[in-house]
Amino acid sequence: MESIYLDHAATSPIDPRVVDAMLPYYYEHFGNPSSIHHIGRAARQAVDEARQTMAELLHTKANQLTITSGGTEADNMAILGYATGHEAKGKHIITTMIEHHAVGHACKELEQRGFEVTYLPVDEAGKVHPEAVESALREDTILVTIMYGNNEVGTIQPIVEIGELLHDHQAVFHTDAVQACGSVELQLDELPVDMVSLSAHKINGPKGIGLLYTKKGITLKPLLFGGEQERKRRAGTENVAAIVGFSKALELTLETASEKRERYLRYSRVFFDTFTNMNINFVINGDQNDRLPHILNVSFPGIQVEALLVALDMAKIAASSGSACTAGSLEPSHVLQAMYREKGQERVNSAVRFSFGITNTDEEIDYAANEIAKIVKRLQDQQAFIS
Amino acid sequence: MKKRPEDTKVVVGMSGGVDSSVTALVLKEQGYDVIGIFMKNWDDTDESGFCTATEDYEDVIRVCNQIGIPYYAVNFEKQYWDKVFTYFLEEYKAGRTPNPDVMCNKEIKFKAFLNHAMALGADYVATGHYARVEEVDGEFKLLRGIDNNKDQTYFLNALSQQQLSKTMFPIGHMPKKEVREKALAADLATAKKKDSTGICFIGERNFKDFLSEFLPAQPGEMQTLDGEVKGKHDGLMYYTLGQRQGLGIGGAGEPWFVIDKDLERNVLLVGQGFHHKGLYSEGLEAIKMNWISSNHPTGEFRCTAKFRYRQEDQGVTVIPKSDGSVLVKFDEPERAITPGQAVVFYDGDVCMGGGTIDRVIKKWENA
Repeated sequence: MESIYLDHAATSPIDPRVVDAMLPYYYEHFGNPSSIHHIGRAARQAVDEARQTMAELLHTKANQLTITSGGTEADNMAILGYATGHEAKGKHIITTMIEHHAVGHACKELEQRGFEVTYLPVDEAGKVHPEAVESALREDTILVTIMYGNNEVGTIQPIVEIGELLHDHQAVFHTDAVQACGSVELQLDELPVDMVSLSAHKINGPKGIGLLYTKKGITLKPLLFGGEQERKRRAGTENVAAIVGFSKALELTLETASEKRERYLRYSRVFFDTFTNMNINFVINGDQNDRLPHILNVSFPGIQVEALLVALDMAKIAASSGSACTAGSLEPSHVLQAMYREKGQERVNSAVRFSFGITNTDEEIDYAANEIAKIVKRLQDQQAFIS
Repeated sequence: MKKRPEDTKVVVGMSGGVDSSVTALVLKEQGYDVIGIFMKNWDDTDESGFCTATEDYEDVIRVCNQIGIPYYAVNFEKQYWDKVFTYFLEEYKAGRTPNPDVMCNKEIKFKAFLNHAMALGADYVATGHYARVEEVDGEFKLLRGIDNNKDQTYFLNALSQQQLSKTMFPIGHMPKKEVREKALAADLATAKKKDSTGICFIGERNFKDFLSEFLPAQPGEMQTLDGEVKGKHDGLMYYTLGQRQGLGIGGAGEPWFVIDKDLERNVLLVGQGFHHKGLYSEGLEAIKMNWISSNHPTGEFRCTAKFRYRQEDQGVTVIPKSDGSVLVKFDEPERAITPGQAVVFYDGDVCMGGGTIDRVIKKWENA
């Protein structure tokens, strides 16, 4: 096997059909959508059509989608944009301890600016309890932001229940669905949420493009100032080709959602069975009944994950764990720490995330599961060279 | 039979400096299967989120990409804290002057890191130390780097046969000048980078400020050997024997130096003149001895020794004791022998091993 990519939750390879859709917008139709001439108009038409297509795929209206530079900007726009624009209603925000840093660090920034943030705990499966949201709610709560599906362990949150209990409260509800998109049904007109962040590169689209859905009536303070693009919500010349690519990627990923679900759950079973048959000491993290099918997070007790990831990379298997600090070394995952607290350090420090994608094949998965099991076994059985 | 280079996996400990960069380059040129790993041993992240390890790691990335080898990082902050930094503080608390570099080599680079590399299936680890390893009849010898001015065997004296058997020092046979030239010729990102100095975890910071964060200082008196009070000291741990700077004693005559520390009375003993007789001693006792050869000396022998890094070798007579410690008699009286520092023994180019200076023997007849 040449190389096996099991890190699709980090980013995914772009679908060739997406590239084909994008290319004309680099060459022939390179115009600026704001220009009034025919070259600009062609670009404008492409952006409008792509936005319309995405709106239909997501069961919403085109004017409720704001294009951003990616999931991070969409999260920041929702959180900073809403909070700073609605301070008069209150300065309390509710989120969880397991959010992506794009949400978590945006909330930290709001704390710096005088807001109060409640970080809700999760249970051992990584789930937030709606009752916890309810009891954290205050009169001055203006925003609740809870991710749809967790990017490290895949646990899906009770978004509908939480959205419903917020129905009669002033707080608006934002969810980061970057990782969930493509795996779960996103019927935005029926989902009880006010804002949703999405990103293209997790669904075989281009990097550097995402969007924020905002329900009718939600107003946001812009983060970027300049031209009047995106109805003044987000200045800057549109990334036309990427927007076209995003739309195509969304279309393709939704077409095959159920097929992928079956396939990825089968892959997870192959991993589970192989590890079991080879007598590997392992434990799966996350909610096994309610998780994003492409994410499989496994702890291998007795193993240092830094060694395991390097050993896997040497075997040309790409997987990941938590997040790396700027000096390259791995930080213990804040998600797993929230799930297991102090008593579960071993589980936190030995956890690896495998995430599947459309280009993975059955042969690859069989081979990878075996290789991973062999490497884990070697590392688990090995004595330190110098004791 | 030895493996061919292309079948030999070598993990290079890369610091982001020029020496380890050239180490990786040399091995790659020799055809080895080379992997670069950066060790993060200390967290110095400041309020703005800046940490020096980030810049060093970015240099490692650039160099590894230039050479065409994979790179990774590993975190030994906990091991470093437990094995090196704790020792460092304990020694200062006990009034000695520790050598964290010797401990870092023994416990981190050639233990935690070596184990990590072995777990990954490496055949060897390599570092950018100026030293050489030679195998003679199944016995591994640690030899001085050929650049005598840069030789780092002083810091490697605590390594064992087992550690040396898996170690390569590819630039030990090169003069520093050649290492720089090689880095420049290959246009490595670190070719012009300044060599790091001082203790790694303190970096450019003020030593006194750093130490005071971790240990309470007990100010006391400065006295001459005759008991004349000359001023106040800020805490004995801030001073090293033979030190001149920072005493703040003015007046006529020769400059003042730290002669000794009286821990019981918390008094810093000072005296005038670089060659003050109180600074000189005729021997020392060393403990925690490591002999690199498996044939430990049992009887008295003559060799040369260093009592500090980059010192000229001095002629000594070594008298091993039954408890494993040694008495060392100097051919000529030595200035400012410092407890806590390493004494390292040499037979020509061979580093025989060393130990920790535990006691200074002023007069040999009192040994």
